[in-house]
Amino acid sequence: MESFFSRYKNALVLILVLLAQVIGVAVQVRRPLPREHAQPDAGGVRLIRYWAISLVSPPERLVHWLGTSILGVWDNYLDLIHVRQQNKDLEAELRRLRIEQGGIAEDARQGQRLQQLLAFKEKYVYQTMPAQIIGTSGTEQSRILSIDKGAKDGIVVDMPVITPDGIVGRIREVFPHTSQVLEITDPTSGAGVILSTTRIRGILRGNALGQPQVVRVMPDDRIKEGEPVVTSGGDQIFPRGLAVGVVDRVVVDPEHDPLVDVLIRPAANLSQLEEVLIITNMGDQVTPKQKLDMIQSEAAANAEQLKASEVLAERLPTRIDPDAPKTDDENSDDSADAEGEGIARPMRPPSALHPDRFTPNTTPTAESLMPGARLAPQSEGVLPTAAKPHVKAPSNDSDDTTQTADDVPKKKTPELVPDDGSRPPAAMTTRPAVSTATGAGTPRPSTAAGGTASASRPVANGEDTPTGTAVHATRPPATVTPGTTPTATRSVTNGEGSAAGVPVHAARPSAPVAAGTPAATRSVPNNEASAASTAAHTTSPRTTTSADGGGGNVPAAQPKTKVIVDGPLPSGGKKIAPPAATTPGQHTTNTQSQHAPPTTPVPTTQRPVTASPTQHKGPELVPDDGSKPPPTMAPKTVKPQPQTPAPQPQGNR
Amino acid sequence: MSMLGAATRRDTEVQSYPLIVFILVPLLALGLQSFVSLHFPRFDILDLPLLVTIYFAISRRNPMVGTVTGAVIGIAQDALTRQPLGIFGICKSIIGYLAASLGVRIDTENHGTRALLTLAFVFLHSGMYWVLVRRLLAQPYQWSWLHESIRAVINTVVAVILFALLDRVKRREY
Repeated sequence: MESFFSRYKNALVLILVLLAQVIGVAVQVRRPLPREHAQPDAGGVRLIRYWAISLVSPPERLVHWLGTSILGVWDNYLDLIHVRQQNKDLEAELRRLRIEQGGIAEDARQGQRLQQLLAFKEKYVYQTMPAQIIGTSGTEQSRILSIDKGAKDGIVVDMPVITPDGIVGRIREVFPHTSQVLEITDPTSGAGVILSTTRIRGILRGNALGQPQVVRVMPDDRIKEGEPVVTSGGDQIFPRGLAVGVVDRVVVDPEHDPLVDVLIRPAANLSQLEEVLIITNMGDQVTPKQKLDMIQSEAAANAEQLKASEVLAERLPTRIDPDAPKTDDENSDDSADAEGEGIARPMRPPSALHPDRFTPNTTPTAESLMPGARLAPQSEGVLPTAAKPHVKAPSNDSDDTTQTADDVPKKKTPELVPDDGSRPPAAMTTRPAVSTATGAGTPRPSTAAGGTASASRPVANGEDTPTGTAVHATRPPATVTPGTTPTATRSVTNGEGSAAGVPVHAARPSAPVAAGTPAATRSVPNNEASAASTAAHTTSPRTTTSADGGGGNVPAAQPKTKVIVDGPLPSGGKKIAPPAATTPGQHTTNTQSQHAPPTTPVPTTQRPVTASPTQHKGPELVPDDGSKPPPTMAPKTVKPQPQTPAPQPQGNR
Repeated sequence: MSMLGAATRRDTEVQSYPLIVFILVPLLALGLQSFVSLHFPRFDILDLPLLVTIYFAISRRNPMVGTVTGAVIGIAQDALTRQPLGIFGICKSIIGYLAASLGVRIDTENHGTRALLTLAFVFLHSGMYWVLVRRLLAQPYQWSWLHESIRAVINTVVAVILFALLDRVKRREY
């Protein structure tokens, strides 16, 4: 027996040593205890590790101290080139970041409040401890870092370790003066992550080659290279939202074929780590310093916001000053200005450098168009010819003479008037109803809004357009005089003679009205009956009163006239009484003459019309859009232009 | 180069080292392995504790001492990692036993013999480690012949230089 042990003592020693170690390994790899009782190692193993690290760490600390001392002397006392410039850049960046922080601070607080409402506990990084790495495991198979902070510094197991670039790992083992950090590249590590774009959650762990990967992910074509990956907070170790890395590529998991592994390029440079941050406090309370930073950042952000608001307020006045002088803006909303305070003035686009037919203020004014005919030429692709309208020359007889806009005084560019009642011009408080034409050349009895109207509008002529249709329509402002009859008549003469001499009663709502004056009648020739018919139709799309042409110049029967107004109807759609009639000789609204230069006579289509003394029912106001009715329908008096030599009235809004 | 020259005849004398060398060299190997890998990540392809184990085993020519030396160095190396204590200890215990057993029978003073022994022991160490980690602990470990071959060659080259340097501190006893 003695010879057996002496002969095989070496082998027996080997067997005993191996057996002891195998048993030791088996004890160490037993099923772990619950988390609250879990310890990375048992007491004996921990003691062995502690001894080994205590033997290795002092030389490492010494070498590390020597290295950092030498580098510190070089960096702090010798290598100071561009330090001032770098300091300035950093200060500027700090100011910028403070402003940005102020911008997001309120959002973060709101998020916290909402999470509290939802009883959702979120952890934020509020306190970190810097630590220096003094060593590694030294093997390829184990991604372990040794740091110079331990239990005496307040480090506990499972504290997350990060860098400003991204996460590094977590504390695995804590000794009195040192600790072990398990990197995310280790196969036994684990972290809950989420792909920021596709919102795919997964578990991050290292592979055999030391590259982190999100394991066992369902195949998804949306996962692309370069997609950021952040922590999800589901592991209860890392706070949510910390950078992990970006997607490198997607490989099929060989052991779980349908599933894939998403390889990650870590955001932190794990191969060149020297200093790390240990998150020692995660909670919902901020430190006083962080509060001060947030206050300063919010103050800076509020100052910037106030400055921007002041600039915006200068550009966008929200209240209208009634005492302010009227501008020459053709788009000014006088009705809104006069009717109420607090009505916001709509924004006006800036003037175009090269206006076209879609540019505001280049379309004909409503005063220069025929009622309802505005849409017709646009739908047919014909540009409005408000700049060159054919107007009837002033003539008391029925001479078929026309006059173009070149002959008339040059007007300002007409403006586009919205048809939705949102911003009616001042002179368009009512829209006179136009009688429907029964056919080509059919006389159109003029419905001058209760009988009295003044009009100075160009008469559409088929010669102006290739299509032979009226190219512009007016929506003349009407001055309603109750109890008067429409007297302004004209004859639209067809060139073919089919309707020659047939008078067409045209509304002249803007013209001055003299009650009891004879009705003015003119004959406007038209080369084509269809043109006249089109003009008649296009000018009366909203006419609610139909009158045959047999009425002649003076309507024998008083047609029931409905006036379509741009805007709401007072009293919820009830019929309103027309405003008071203008006195004879008093100028009423004439928007067309308003646009004319003062020294230029008004186009000769302006004809004095008189209101019949016949009392009849006033016009019925019909809203066209159902919106809020205008408060008043009072006509606006027009001051005569002193420089106007002609006696024609000059309207002024 | 004279420093690297080895005797061609079989040197049968028992080699001994001062105790301080027996203690400091393994510690220095562990420290360098841990510290240099921090600044040079690819330095971990070296296994300085394994080379130290092989050297002391073939120099002492005592399998029992080689086994214990390998076990101590291996366990110390395990202590620096996250794996259970004993993985490297088992591997290096076997390597120490085999190296000491071969050192009794062959000339270990020759650099070629040292190189061949080191190459074989590095492969054997990797193989045993793979068995322990992959089969015993069921942990992921990827075996790559190319990587293991490069690793073995690099360790062999470093071993030849390291063994020649350690020969300078040994104490010969006749």
